[in-house]
Amino acid sequence: MLETVLGLYNYWIVIVLMMAGFYTVIARGNLAKKVIGLNIFQTSVFLMYITMGAVEGGTAPIVGAGTTLYSNPLPSVLILTAIVVGVATTALGLALAVRIRESFGTLEEDEVLALEHRMDGEA
Amino acid sequence: MPSLLSQNLPALQVVLPLIAAPLCLFLRPPKLAWLFALAVSGAAFAIAVALVGAVAANGAFNYEMGGWAAPWGIEYVIDPLDSFMLCLVTGIATLVLIYAGPSVEAEIPRGQIPVFYVLFLLCLTGLLGMVATGDVFNLFVFLEISSLSTYALVAMGRDPRALTAAYRYLILGSLGATFYVIGIGLLYMMTGTLNMEDLARRIPEVGETRTISVAIAFLAVGLALKLALFPLHKWLPGAYTHAPSVVTAFLAATATKVAIYVLVRIFFTVLGPIDAFQTLPAAMSETQVVSILAILAMLSGSAVAIFQYNLKRLFAYSSIAQVGYMILGISMASITGMTGGLVHMINHAMIKGAVFMALGAVILRIGACDIRRLDGLGYRMPVTMAAFVIAALSLIGVPGTSGFISKLYLVKGAMEAQNWVMVTAVLVSSLLAVIYIWRVLEVAYFRAAPADAPKVREAPLVMLAPLWILALANIYFGLETTYSVGLTEAAADFILNYVPGEGPTWEHPLFDDGHGYGADHGPGHGGGHVPEAEQGAHAPGVDL
Amino acid sequence: MIFGLDMTQTIGASLILPALAALLTLVLGRWPNVREGATLLVAFALGAMVFSLLGPVLVGARPGLTLWEVIPGVPLAFSVEPLGQIFAMIASLLWIVTTIYSVGYMRGNNEHAQTRFYACFAVAIVSAMGIAYAGNLLTLFLFYELMTISTVPLVTHKGTDEAKRSGRVYLGILMGTSIGLQLAAIIACWMLAGSLDFVPGGLLAGKIEGWPVLVLLALFVFGIGKAAVMPFHRWLPAAMVAPTPVSALLHAVAVVKAGVFTVVKVVVYVFGLDLLNGTAGTEWIAAFAGFTILAASFVALRQDNLKRRLAYSTISQLSYVVLAALILAPLSVMGAALHIMAHAFGKITLFFAAGSIYTAAHKTEISQLDGIGWKMPVTMGAFFIGSLSMIGVPPTAGFVSKWFMLSGAYDAQAWAAIAVIFASTVLNASYFLPIVHRAFATRPAPVDPEHDHGEAPTPIVVALSFTALGSLLLFFFPDSFLALAEQLVGGRP
Repeated sequence: MLETVLGLYNYWIVIVLMMAGFYTVIARGNLAKKVIGLNIFQTSVFLMYITMGAVEGGTAPIVGAGTTLYSNPLPSVLILTAIVVGVATTALGLALAVRIRESFGTLEEDEVLALEHRMDGEA
Repeated sequence: MPSLLSQNLPALQVVLPLIAAPLCLFLRPPKLAWLFALAVSGAAFAIAVALVGAVAANGAFNYEMGGWAAPWGIEYVIDPLDSFMLCLVTGIATLVLIYAGPSVEAEIPRGQIPVFYVLFLLCLTGLLGMVATGDVFNLFVFLEISSLSTYALVAMGRDPRALTAAYRYLILGSLGATFYVIGIGLLYMMTGTLNMEDLARRIPEVGETRTISVAIAFLAVGLALKLALFPLHKWLPGAYTHAPSVVTAFLAATATKVAIYVLVRIFFTVLGPIDAFQTLPAAMSETQVVSILAILAMLSGSAVAIFQYNLKRLFAYSSIAQVGYMILGISMASITGMTGGLVHMINHAMIKGAVFMALGAVILRIGACDIRRLDGLGYRMPVTMAAFVIAALSLIGVPGTSGFISKLYLVKGAMEAQNWVMVTAVLVSSLLAVIYIWRVLEVAYFRAAPADAPKVREAPLVMLAPLWILALANIYFGLETTYSVGLTEAAADFILNYVPGEGPTWEHPLFDDGHGYGADHGPGHGGGHVPEAEQGAHAPGVDL
Repeated sequence: MIFGLDMTQTIGASLILPALAALLTLVLGRWPNVREGATLLVAFALGAMVFSLLGPVLVGARPGLTLWEVIPGVPLAFSVEPLGQIFAMIASLLWIVTTIYSVGYMRGNNEHAQTRFYACFAVAIVSAMGIAYAGNLLTLFLFYELMTISTVPLVTHKGTDEAKRSGRVYLGILMGTSIGLQLAAIIACWMLAGSLDFVPGGLLAGKIEGWPVLVLLALFVFGIGKAAVMPFHRWLPAAMVAPTPVSALLHAVAVVKAGVFTVVKVVVYVFGLDLLNGTAGTEWIAAFAGFTILAASFVALRQDNLKRRLAYSTISQLSYVVLAALILAPLSVMGAALHIMAHAFGKITLFFAAGSIYTAAHKTEISQLDGIGWKMPVTMGAFFIGSLSMIGVPPTAGFVSKWFMLSGAYDAQAWAAIAVIFASTVLNASYFLPIVHRAFATRPAPVDPEHDHGEAPTPIVVALSFTALGSLLLFFFPDSFLALAEQLVGGRP
C-alpha cells in the first residue's frame, strides 16, 4: 500500500495535476482561467511522458565509455513537439479571450452567455 | 524525373500545402491569394488522384519519411481507404476553394484574406497528414495543426459569437487532443512503439492489462470529442453556425469525417487485433455503449434541428445526427454495417458540402440564412435552391440520391445483426429529417416573397459551379455505386479482417539487453521507473 | 417496332418522353399555347409507345431494359409484364385526356404558376411509367418516391395555409410510410433473397416462412401508403385541395393506382400466391382492407364537399384491390388487376365532372347541385355513368372487375370478403345515386341570370365524355385487359 502511494509518486503528481487542470477547465467561469487550466492539464501529460521514459540510474543516451544504462530519449523528444503545440494552443486561446473581452466587455462565461442569448433572440 | 516524383507522392501530398501556406502571406491582393491557394489545392488533388492510381496498381504504399526505416522512422502508409480519403479531402477542398473567392471577399475583412488562405491550407495539411501518416504520435501533431487553424478560421466569422464559438471549440478540441495523447502515451508505455502496424503486432501480448483498457478509454473519449459524437458535440453547432460560410462548408464536409477515419483506424487496425471496439468500455462486452450514443445522436440531433431558425445551426444539428449514423454503422462491426458507416462518410461529405455551399450563397445575396427571412427564396435564387433541394433530398435518403445508399447499407447491417432498435432508429431519424427539411422547402417555395423584398441576383458562377458539382455527385453516387460502395466495402473488409503484416524483427542498437516485452513489464514496477519495457524504438517524433 | 424503335428502346422512350415533356414545359413556359401543344404531342407519342408494347406482351414477350447495377446484384432495371402493361396503358391514355382537360380547367380558372404545374405533372407521369415498368423493387421504390416528391408541389399549388397544411399531411404520411415501413421491408427482402427482382411465383418463395412473412406483408401493405389502407389514408382527402386535374389523374389514377399496383405486384411477384396461401394469418391483414372499404364508405356518406366524397370513395375502392389481392385466389387477383383499370376510368370521370361543375358554376358542395343536371347534361350524364361503374352495375367496367373479385372470393370460400363487397356495393349506391337524383330530379334554386351558366369549356366536356365512354366500352370490349390479367396469374384458372 505504502509502496503504491509513495513508490509511484511521479504518477500521483501527474494525476493530481491532471485533475486540477481538468477541474479548472470545467468549473471556472473565467475564460482566461480556463486557458490556464488547460495548460496545467497539458503539462501533466508532458510529465507523464517524461517520467515513463526515465530509467533509474540511466543517463542520456550518448554512446560513451563506461555507461551501459540509458534513459529512453524518445518521450522527451515527443514532448518537445507537444510543448510547441501547447504553447500555440495557449497563445490562440488567450488571443481569443482578448478578442472576446473587446467584443463583449467581459471574460466571465455566464455574462458572455447572457449577452449571446440576447443576440440569438434578435437574430 | 517522373519516378522520383511518383516515389515521393505521399510526402508531397502533405508537404505541398504545408510549404505553400506561409507563401500566401506574401500575396496581398485577395484575388491572388485565392488563386494561389486554389492552385495548390488543385495540385494536391492531382497528387491524391495519382496516389489512388498507384495504390490500385501496386497495393498499399509505404513511404519512409527522411529515409528512416519503420518502425524507427515515421512511416506514411497509403492503403486503399487512405487514398480514397485523400481524394475526398483534397477534392472537397478544391471545390470549396473555387467557391471561396466571392464568399470570402464578402465575409472576411480585406486585410485578413491572405491569412485566411494561410489557415485554410494549414488546415488542409493537417487533415491530409492525419490520413497519410502511419504513426500515432505524428497523427496527433497533424490533428493539432488542423485543429488550431480551424479554431482561428472559425473565429474569423463576422459575428462576435464566432469568437466564443471558436473559444469553446478550442477548449473542448484541446481536451480531446490531449486525451488522445494520454491514450497513445499509455500504449507506448506498454509496447514501446508508435508505429501503427508495429503497435498492432505488439498489442495482443499486453491486451489484457488495465493500462491498455485505460488507454482505450482515453482514446475513445478524445476522438469522440473531435468527431462530435453525442454527448460530446457541444462545440459543433456554435462553430458551424458562426464560422464563415466557406469554413463551415469545408469543416462539415471533411473535418468530422477525418476524425471518424482516425477512430476507425485506431480502433479497428491499430487496436483491431484485441477487438478494442468491442470491449469499450471494459465493463460491457458488446458495442452497446457506442451504438446507444450513436442512436441518441441520430434522434436528438434530428429532433433539435426541427426547432432551429438559423439554417446553419439547423444543419449543424443535422450533422450531429449524421455523425450518429456513421458511428452506428461502424459500431455494428460487420462488413455491411462498416460499409454503411464509411459510405455515409463519403456521401455525407457531398451532402453537407452542397448544403452549406448553398447557404453560403444565400448569405452572400440575402445577408442571412434565418428561416424567417427566406420567404419565396426558391423563386428569388432558383439555381442555388434547386441544388439545395437535391442535397436536402439526399440528406433524407430519397432513393436515387447518395443518402439512400448509405441508409440501405445501414439498415441492412442492423437487420443482419437482428437489432431492431437500430433499424427503427435509422428510419425514425430519417423521418425527422423529412420534417426539418420540409420546413425549409415550404418557406422557400410555397410562401410568396414579401412585396418589398429587394430583387436579388443569383450567386456568381464560381460559387454555383462547385455547388452543382456536389449536388450532381449526390445523384451520381445514388445511382452508380461502383466507386463509393465498391471502395468502402473493400476498405471495410480490410479493416475488419486486419492482420498486421510481418514486421522486421528488430533489435534496438542502443537499448537491447535481451528482454522482451510482456504484460508483466507494465507500469507499476520498478519504483516509478518504467523498466526495460521502454526500449523505445522510435526515431525522434516530428518536429515542426 | 414503332417509329423504328425495338422493344427495349420503346421502354426507354416511355420513360424519356414525359421527362422531355417536363423539360419542354419549363423551356417553353413563356408561350402557353406552344407549351401545352408540346405536352399534348408528347402525350400522344407516349400513348403510341405504350400501346405498341401491348401486342408483344399478349403473345408472351417480356421485353426488358437493364441499365447499370446500383448496388451489387440490384440493377436499375425495367421489364414489361402484364400488370405493369395494364397500369402503363391506363396512365398514358388518361394522361392525354387529362392534358386536354387541364387546358380547359387551368385557363378557365386562371390558375397561377401553370408552368410549374405542367412540369410537375409530367414528372409524375415519368414516375408512373417507371413504376409500371420497374423490373425490381429498388427501381420501383425509386420512382415511387419520385412520384411523392413531384406531386407535393401540385397539392400545395394554391399556396394558401390550407394547401400548405395539406401538403404537410400528404408528404408526412407518404414519406413516413414509405421510409418507415416499406424501405425496411425492401431491405429485408434484399437481405433474405440477395436480389430484389420480380420473379414469377415469388422472390421470397422458399426463403422465409411463418410469422416473419406476416410481418413483412404488413410492412408492405401499410408501407405502401399510396394504397391508402386505414389508418394511413388521411393524405388522400388532404390532397383534394389540389386543382381538379391533379385530383383526377393523380389522386384517382396515377398515384393511388401506383399504390395498389405495388401491393398487387408485391403479392404476386415478391411473395407469390403459394407462399401466402401457405401462411396462416394473412386474413388479418386483409381484414384491414375490408374495414377500410366499409369505414371509408360510411365517411363518404357524410361528406358534403363533392371532391372529399369522391376521395373517400377512392379510399374505399383502393382497398377493394388490396382485399382482392389478399384473397389470394387467381380469379380475385385478376379482379384486382381489372379493378385498377375499371376504377381508373370511372373515378377520373367523376373527378372531371366535379372539376367541370367547379369551372362552370363555381360550386363545390353537393347541397348546391340542385337541378344542375339540366344545365350541364353532358357533365352529369358522364357523372351518372361513372357512378354506375363505381357501384358495379352493368354495362360498366366496374361490373367486370367486381364479378372476378367475387368469383375469386367464392373459390377461396372467403365469405367475409363477399359480405364486405356486397355491403359496400349498397353503400356505394347510397352515396352516389343521391347526387344524381339531386342533379336531375330537383328544381334548381333561382339564380339571377348574371350568374347563370351552361356547360363547361369544350376541352373539359370532350375529356369527360371520352372517359365515360371508356367506362362503357371496357364492359363490352375488355378482351386485351382480360388477357393481360390472365397472364398475370399464369393462364385462365
